[in-house]
Amino acid sequence: MAEIFALVEHRQGAVRDITYELLTCGRKLATAQNTKLTALVFASPADKIVESIQERADRIIVMEHGVFENFNAEIYQLALRDILEKEKPHVTLIGHTAFGYDLCPALGAEMGIPFATDCLDIEFTGSRLRVTRSVYDGKLDAHVLLKEHTSYLVTLRSGCFTPEEVSLATEVVKQESPVTEQPEYRKFVDYIEAAVGEVDITKADIIVSVGRGIKEQANLPVMEEFATAIGGVLSCSRPVVDAGWLPKDRQVGSSGKTVKPKLYIALGISGAFQHIVGMKGADTIIAVNKDPNAPIFNEADYGIVEDLFKVVPVLKEKILDAKKLKG
Amino acid sequence: MDIIACIKRVPQTAEADVKIDSSGKDIVKDRLQFDMNESDTYALEEAILLKEKFSGSLTVISVGTFDAEDTLRIALAKGADNAIRIKAEDFGELDGYKTAQLLKAVIKDLKHDAIFTGCIATDDYYSQVGVTLAELLGMPHASLVTKIEIDGNTVHAYRELEGGLLEHLAMSLPALFTIQTGINEPRYASLIAIRRAAKKEIKVIGKEEINAEDIVSFSSLEKLFTPPVGERAEILSGTLDEIGTRVQGIVKEKGLL
Ligand SMILES: Cc1cc2nc3c(=O)[nH]c(=O)nc-3n(C[C@H](O)[C@H](O)[C@H](O)COP(=O)(O)OP(=O)(O)OC[C@H]3O[C@@H](n4cnc5c(N)ncnc54)[C@H](O)[C@@H]3O)c2cc1C
Ligand SMILES: Nc1ncnc2c1ncn2[C@@H]1O[C@H](COP(=O)(O)O)[C@@H](O)[C@H]1O
Repeated sequence: MAEIFALVEHRQGAVRDITYELLTCGRKLATAQNTKLTALVFASPADKIVESIQERADRIIVMEHGVFENFNAEIYQLALRDILEKEKPHVTLIGHTAFGYDLCPALGAEMGIPFATDCLDIEFTGSRLRVTRSVYDGKLDAHVLLKEHTSYLVTLRSGCFTPEEVSLATEVVKQESPVTEQPEYRKFVDYIEAAVGEVDITKADIIVSVGRGIKEQANLPVMEEFATAIGGVLSCSRPVVDAGWLPKDRQVGSSGKTVKPKLYIALGISGAFQHIVGMKGADTIIAVNKDPNAPIFNEADYGIVEDLFKVVPVLKEKILDAKKLKG
Repeated sequence: MDIIACIKRVPQTAEADVKIDSSGKDIVKDRLQFDMNESDTYALEEAILLKEKFSGSLTVISVGTFDAEDTLRIALAKGADNAIRIKAEDFGELDGYKTAQLLKAVIKDLKHDAIFTGCIATDDYYSQVGVTLAELLGMPHASLVTKIEIDGNTVHAYRELEGGLLEHLAMSLPALFTIQTGINEPRYASLIAIRRAAKKEIKVIGKEEINAEDIVSFSSLEKLFTPPVGERAEILSGTLDEIGTRVQGIVKEKGLL
């Protein structure tokens, strides 16, 4: 039976969390198909990365070469094409990350392999593959059937599989890299770290976070006042940064900061998955949104279905009262 | 410099009540508002800025039904020179791969030094059409781009990775860029420009020009459904004062202050 492959994602020398999720999903598929799970490591140096995933796959294929030190989709595409042509795996799993995003569609289109992106779950139905995806701003889910083929590529959304400890007898196989140089038309130059701001939202115990629901920049001071009054800091969703209302270092989410406060109050934030991944570690989440079906209510502990502009003054007063009583 | 921007008209669902229709494969659209996909407004703006800097032509393309022409006209009003609609109604169910092939079928015959797309469509959430299109056209790409600088023959493209880290790439044209929100400040079209654009011709391309038999899809929608919910939030109800008192109780009880 053709195998299940998972592409190991790493950055700046460390294996990324999505890798363990891919391996767990891969294990599920391999078990269902009674086949083996192979992890693909393209790296330089590769030892530490191979070690981090030992026992989590039946086999690890390693290509070690300087060109793999930093991710460059063009190079990964060439290396993967080579391996997929030789090995013909049934399903190859890639993270739906900035890395998989840049790679999977190009690889699938080049090789004529059906692919599905941003999948929450994957299952076999007969000889076909069915994926679950989130659509329409997360309001609905979709079941999608892939075209019948011998091979598939799937990118998996992060946070959908909980990594499991397994202890498999792992065989490590080394292979030569078919690529040795970065192509002229696309070269990795360097990484640029995110700028550090005055307020470190990752250290705050209380966070008031505002989204597009605050409507305009003129409404920010009231929100900031609310945050400060209750002893917290102000953060936001991406559109607030895109509009230039708050600096990037206040953005919570996959392309911003990950926060773990004791209290997170979300005001006018719909709860897109890219936002949720940045705040789901908060102890207590209170969401205010006028839309009762907003996805944020699937993540929050408490929900208030109301106009945030009416709720904020009341919350401010009541929380201040509570503080006074305490103090 | 000749530039192409791909734009999609999508329903605005973030604040709307989204219902599945009787086919089980589509949503009820009659009460929804439609607009240019969010990241496409940034892709279009980036294309206009580049055109203004280096001169040349800007063509906007959309695969869509007749209504998509409204969105194309907005793009014309903002500064695009030509607009093309590929008739979605001629090609049946579309997935990302099929959409990319339709775009390729038209773009391959147009002069282009750079192509811009959005990074994700908020209806289907594929985040694949741009990168697929680049591959089909045999050109390099960079996705999730939040900054572009052109320096002679080199394009410095900055991709946004997780945590806000940027990946800096040096590329050469022609290339395709999928644009992330926030890269620029999309302009508004003036009323005069919108009125002028209403009279402009939009080229419409359908199955007479594109051979549908060569266009395949990789996937088909089986059904839409409401996401299963795990533990949903406890909704605090009552008057605002009662809700406030409940929150007060929660923060006290949990020692959050
Ligand atoms: C690669 C990638 C990375 C991303 N990274 C991030 C990230 O790091 N962080 C992030 O946040 N997003 C990120 N996004 C964007 C994300 O997909 C969403 O678009 C974004 O989170 C939506 O922000 P929002 O909830 O503020 O706006 P919307 O989705 O527009 O929601 C606004 C909400 O406000 C509510 N509302 C409106 N008026 C009121 C009112 N008066 N009272 C109460 N409620 C009201 C509405 O019902 C709605 O639910 C990323 C997207 C991509 C593609
Ligand atoms: N029907 C379409 N017509 C024109 N461009 C499209 C279409 N669908 C997707 N695109 C482009 O591809 C980007 C990514 O879309 P998607 O892969 O569907 O998430 C969008 O932001 C658009 O720029």
